[in-house]
Amino acid sequence: MADEAENAGHGEDAHGGVEAGLEVAIGTDHGAADAPGMPQLDFATFDNQILWLVIALIAIFLILSKVALPRISAVIAERQGTLTNDLAAAEDLKRQATEAEESYNTALANARAEAQKIAEETRADIQAQLQTEIDKADAEIAAKTAESTDRIAEIQAGAVATAEEVARDVAAEIVRALAPGQDVDTSAIEAAVSSRVQG
Amino acid sequence: MATESTNSETKRGAGRFIAFAFFAAGILAFILALMDDYAGGLAIHPMDQFVVSPLFGDGPVGIFSITNATLWFALAVLAVVLLMVTGTRGRAVIPSRSQSIAELVYGFVRNMVEDVAGKDALPYFPYIFTLFLYILCANFLGLIPTAFTTTSHIAVTAVLALAVFLTVTILGFVKNGASFLSLFWVSSAPLVLRPILAIIELISYFVRPVSHSIRLAGNIMAGHAVLKVFAGFAGALGVAGIAPVIGIVAIYALEVLVAAIQAYVFTILTCVYLKDALHPHH
Repeated sequence: MADEAENAGHGEDAHGGVEAGLEVAIGTDHGAADAPGMPQLDFATFDNQILWLVIALIAIFLILSKVALPRISAVIAERQGTLTNDLAAAEDLKRQATEAEESYNTALANARAEAQKIAEETRADIQAQLQTEIDKADAEIAAKTAESTDRIAEIQAGAVATAEEVARDVAAEIVRALAPGQDVDTSAIEAAVSSRVQG
Repeated sequence: MATESTNSETKRGAGRFIAFAFFAAGILAFILALMDDYAGGLAIHPMDQFVVSPLFGDGPVGIFSITNATLWFALAVLAVVLLMVTGTRGRAVIPSRSQSIAELVYGFVRNMVEDVAGKDALPYFPYIFTLFLYILCANFLGLIPTAFTTTSHIAVTAVLALAVFLTVTILGFVKNGASFLSLFWVSSAPLVLRPILAIIELISYFVRPVSHSIRLAGNIMAGHAVLKVFAGFAGALGVAGIAPVIGIVAIYALEVLVAAIQAYVFTILTCVYLKDALHPHH
């Protein structure tokens, strides 16, 4: 107790100057007895403060290291994991989409080629058929033309023969009419008509 | 869907209103408490807020006494639990707001340890995170009007700084053996200068815990004392007290900044010291 009083006294001497001055000036009776200059230098309270400080620090340390820090680091790790997983999933989905687009493009190109091939084949088919038909028609036309030419020749020949005969008869009749009573030289008339018709 | 979102909007609006109401009531209570404190006399006692006194009874403060300091240590632990345990109880992959804050603080300190002290310092991350969260919570709790600020006491910050100093020094010798002493032997300097530099390095090494602890306690204590002085003026000036009240608001904003920055500074210096222990070669 004596120690305490001494400490308080020292505190007063060293640091109470300003406050003492104020008190003197204002003239109150607020005790120097219960307020040493700086309570921070009242060593009598040090052991008490240090004890409770150490208890408080140990409590905070235990609470942090046993409960709070594992919990927060677990949450942050979980968040990091979720982010990584989501990013990986997004990457995977993107890759799948690219693949789907590629296969779609391939299918489209294939279908296009197929269609082109079919069109080409059909065109060739039609062309061939058309050619056959045209050839057949040409042949028929040629046959018909030949037949017609033959008939025309036949008709021509018939017409010439008939005309010759008519000309011979007409010539004999004319001769008979011109020289009645006279014998008609049939062979001479025929020769003359023939030479005229031929010429 | 539409009605659901409207509902949650309304709820959020109500929550905001309640938070604002609490904030306003707190400030009002703060000012009224100050006015009440100084209604009788005009004395200003900026240091009274730092007095450690028993919560129950009137006797002297013994080692096991439940004091106002004990209460605010307990509240700091409670704040850490609320932030880091209750806030993350959803364990959601898509975090809620409170879980986001917890993860933000976690990531902030973890990155700091990794960037400043290197990957091999990560095993000591829980230790550093404990220091950071305690200082941050204690600083912010201390800003509640009429609160007791545990980090304003040199006894507290000295224990924190000494713990860091001892840990780092022991770790340095355990990890590097005698070659840890090369920390004081600046091999890039000319040979003549090296002994002188070694003495300077040695002194600066032993001054580390002093500056480390006084920086934190001094900043917090000074800010709170200034707030109290201004509040005393406000009480003494009557209607003209509006000017110091505006001053208090401005300093309070600064103190909010200081609360976070000092926690950050303490932690990053711890990381720097840890880096020296793990990689002592310049």
